[in-house]
Amino acid sequence: MIEIQNIHKAFGDNQVLKGIDAVYERGKVSMIIGGSGSGKSTLLKCIVGLHEPDQGKVLFGKQEFTRMDFEQKVPIRKEIGMLFQASALFDSMTVEQNIVFTLDMFTEMSLAEKVDRANFCLERVNLVGKNNLFPAELSGGMKKRVGIARAISMSPKYLFCDEPNSGLDPATSILIDELIQDLTEEYQSTTIVVTHDMNSVMGIGEYVMFLHQGQKFWEGSNKDMLKSDVKELNDFVFASPLMKAARETMK
Amino acid sequence: MIFYHFGEYLLLLKKVFKKPEKWKIYRKEILHEMNEIGVGSIGLIIIISTFIGAVMTMQIAFQLVSDLIPNSIIGQINRDSNILELGPTISALVLMGKVGSSISSQIGSMRVTEQIDALEIMGINAAGYLILPKVVAGVIMMPVVVVISIFCALVGGLLGGSLTGAVSAGDYIIGIRESFQGFTMVVAMVKAFIYGFIITSVPAHKGFHVRGGALEVGQAGTRAVVVGCISILASDYIITALLL
Repeated sequence: MIEIQNIHKAFGDNQVLKGIDAVYERGKVSMIIGGSGSGKSTLLKCIVGLHEPDQGKVLFGKQEFTRMDFEQKVPIRKEIGMLFQASALFDSMTVEQNIVFTLDMFTEMSLAEKVDRANFCLERVNLVGKNNLFPAELSGGMKKRVGIARAISMSPKYLFCDEPNSGLDPATSILIDELIQDLTEEYQSTTIVVTHDMNSVMGIGEYVMFLHQGQKFWEGSNKDMLKSDVKELNDFVFASPLMKAARETMK
Repeated sequence: MIFYHFGEYLLLLKKVFKKPEKWKIYRKEILHEMNEIGVGSIGLIIIISTFIGAVMTMQIAFQLVSDLIPNSIIGQINRDSNILELGPTISALVLMGKVGSSISSQIGSMRVTEQIDALEIMGINAAGYLILPKVVAGVIMMPVVVVISIFCALVGGLLGGSLTGAVSAGDYIIGIRESFQGFTMVVAMVKAFIYGFIITSVPAHKGFHVRGGALEVGQAGTRAVVVGCISILASDYIITALLL
């Protein structure tokens, strides 16, 4: 479980996050949604420790992450897997090297064991036999899947995904969503996904938090979201003609 | 502003010299960087140093037209200039352009594509993993490069002098062997060691703190080379003032 309490973050005079509280449960896919500039990526970076919140706490289980120094954070970070918006694969390494990198750093596994683990992770994301390709040789969807394979190499307790569907076609997006949901169940991980893709939210968002201008405007399940009467949320959720049409059908 | 960047540089170095997560991986990276920074630059250094040695010989000969001065002095001046200044400093300035901009762009690109964030989230000290092997490789390989540079400059001087008739090969060789002080090589090695540190750490600092995209990565590369060259020249002055 991850709990955030009263998170504030400003960049200069720009107050990006204004007192966010939330609890993200284990074994559930939690989603942070909001328009561009609403502070969702900043919140994710505060949770994983890439940004230091100006105020507030981030708790991983009962441990207060925000108060730890780099060395104290390492044991928790070994339990974190993260998928970045642009995948953030190491360009100078092959797919296999990307996946075994953390195993190289933090485990005493033999080469054969590491290769086995890499093959298992690649099989899990349906990329068998792509071990020796470089990131530059992969499509956007394949990069995302390698990013997921790298994220699960250490069997993470916490899985974070920053815009996992950006730049992907609808079919690949659904594949990625299903993969995130399956892995969350398989590892019973606490999964937090930042997105503005409503298809994903409707597909896998068990807990959804809506951010608007740095504040939490709404939280609940994806089903509750459709019944909400919060204007800002409705403006965001039903912005596309497709969602408008869906709402009309529901009515 | 200068103090802000200098402070940021010192804080980065503090992170760089933290205990590595796994020495085995760092050792592999150091060897890789030694090849990139040192071996990959030797060809360029050989060409530049040979020409500088040849030109220096001709210019010294041009300026020392006197029957009262033995021709062997040309070799002697060429030797000392190359050991004390041209070998280390010109090599460092050339490598600052070649290696420095490459380090800055490499680390800068990793920053803007979130690869550094990925390392941090994995629990890896990104500054240590990315910069320490480069700094260690730089301080090991720079003295090697400088020795090669000095040797090539002396050979270049011999070729340039004898081909143009500025000084005979015999006089030149007598000159470079005459009243040699070993301490000048110590000064050259001290310079090489410090330049190796600057060439790798200054661009790494500029790349590590890039914010933005491709344009900013390019600007960081340019800034790294400018700041690095100034740092090399300033440290050249300080080392010379302290040691000679």
